[in-house]
Amino acid sequence: MIDALANLGRAGLRWLSVLGRASIFLLRVLRSQDAVVRRYRLTFAEIYSVGVRSLLIIAVSGLFVGMVLGYQGYITLVRFGAAEALGGAVALALVRELGPVVTALLFAGRAGSALTAEIGLMKTTEQLSAMEMMAVDPYRRVFAPRFFAGFLSMPLLAAIFSAVGVIGGYIVGGGLLGVDSGAYFSQMQAVTDWREDVVSGVIKSIVFGFVVTWIAVFQGFDAEPTSEGISRATTQTVVMSALAVLGLDFVLTGMMFT
Amino acid sequence: MNEERVADTPHVVVEDLVFRRGRKLIFDGLSLTVPRGRVTTVMGPSGTGKTTLLRLIGGQLRPDSGRIWVDGEEVARLSTRRLYALRKRMGMLFQTGALLTDLNVFENVAFPLREHTDLPEELIRNLVLMKLEAVGLRAARDLSPSQLSGGMARRVALARAIALDPDMILYDEPFAGLDPITMGQIVTLIQRTNRTLGLTSVLVTHDVVEAMDISDQVVLIAEGRVMDAGTVEQVRAGMSAWSKQFLEGRPDGPVPFHYPGDSYRDDLVRGRESRND
Repeated sequence: MIDALANLGRAGLRWLSVLGRASIFLLRVLRSQDAVVRRYRLTFAEIYSVGVRSLLIIAVSGLFVGMVLGYQGYITLVRFGAAEALGGAVALALVRELGPVVTALLFAGRAGSALTAEIGLMKTTEQLSAMEMMAVDPYRRVFAPRFFAGFLSMPLLAAIFSAVGVIGGYIVGGGLLGVDSGAYFSQMQAVTDWREDVVSGVIKSIVFGFVVTWIAVFQGFDAEPTSEGISRATTQTVVMSALAVLGLDFVLTGMMFT
Repeated sequence: MNEERVADTPHVVVEDLVFRRGRKLIFDGLSLTVPRGRVTTVMGPSGTGKTTLLRLIGGQLRPDSGRIWVDGEEVARLSTRRLYALRKRMGMLFQTGALLTDLNVFENVAFPLREHTDLPEELIRNLVLMKLEAVGLRAARDLSPSQLSGGMARRVALARAIALDPDMILYDEPFAGLDPITMGQIVTLIQRTNRTLGLTSVLVTHDVVEAMDISDQVVLIAEGRVMDAGTVEQVRAGMSAWSKQFLEGRPDGPVPFHYPGDSYRDDLVRGRESRND
């Protein structure tokens, strides 16, 4: 019993200390954000690596998710003779939930793990130490541009995911199942509210982008400088990002739609 | 202060340094001085904290107590801005080279110049080629770090370390894991760099022969303290039993061959008793 309590306490303390380190790290990264503008070339390179190179996986996934939504939505709606409402159903599901959430999960797997591994490897091979010894601040040279690139890319990718998803839903609904094209898009316009749905989805994707990139960059920075350490940090990035995104999605949905 | 007096003052002074890593005491009242413009070698067995000492001198770690002065400035008390200004006058050669893997050889050497100066591209190119020529790798400028051997990576790192013309270079295990030819090249480079540029060089190594050849001053450390220090001749003449064992590479002596523990006899007797029980 005492042992169990002691273990629980130890785990709690460990988590608190990680959270403390992560918060200090975040503060220092945020304080170095002027480097994002001053060193815009570095930032552009990171946006390319984190955002542009995630485009394909995001677009393909968005297309499939939209197509599945088209099928499933049609099957349910047609029972009530409301197949024309498919456009609205697909758009709402994507813009409110699936766009931000699935994009964040894919982003954590594709870009987050790459960020962690890259920074972890830079630490292991003493590149970060070498920069410090050359009087170059790694927060400004390495962390700030990567953090900003992730933070900026994620909402844009979520928007692309939703847009491609709507097209996927249309391909299945309008193309294969015979839903009227005009009805599909007019329903979508009628049902989707700018502030209530679109802005809420954008806020979610901004929050997820912030959290996933924070976790990814911090895990790389905090990784134990061994190959096992990097492997553990990369796994942690994906697992913690997924849990954080799903948990935060619940909280944000509760706050936005009640 | 006139120039002669500046030249006489030591470049680095470490005084009563105490440093712990977790619960392990790494340095226990270590004191040493590094004279300006000379090659000083810090030697000691693996795990004695030689690399840690370089990191403390470079301000990457802070001592638990004691003080370190570099160029008359107390490292642990400097603001980040002044610490970075100090580091611009200080090069460090890491054991692995620590080249930036996303940049090629040329860009690695150009890195400190691009970060800290606004020199025109043509001048940067001339400077980089000059530094690369000094380490014999001008023709390798387009290679990426992954295409370099360990020795070449270290030479590129040396070119990068001297890119900003520092006053002092810290070498972390510069000879570790090199073949004899590459070792000879690095030894020559360290000597030549020191002589031609008038730098202060601090080497940390456990390669006794090479280090003794090129050092003006030797400091032997173990168990967190300085065991012997002085010129090569002084150390050889008056060395302690520990230093003798270290420098001559004897397997047993003050540093025992066996890991401390119960005697072998007791262990055997205990095994027999437990079987009889």
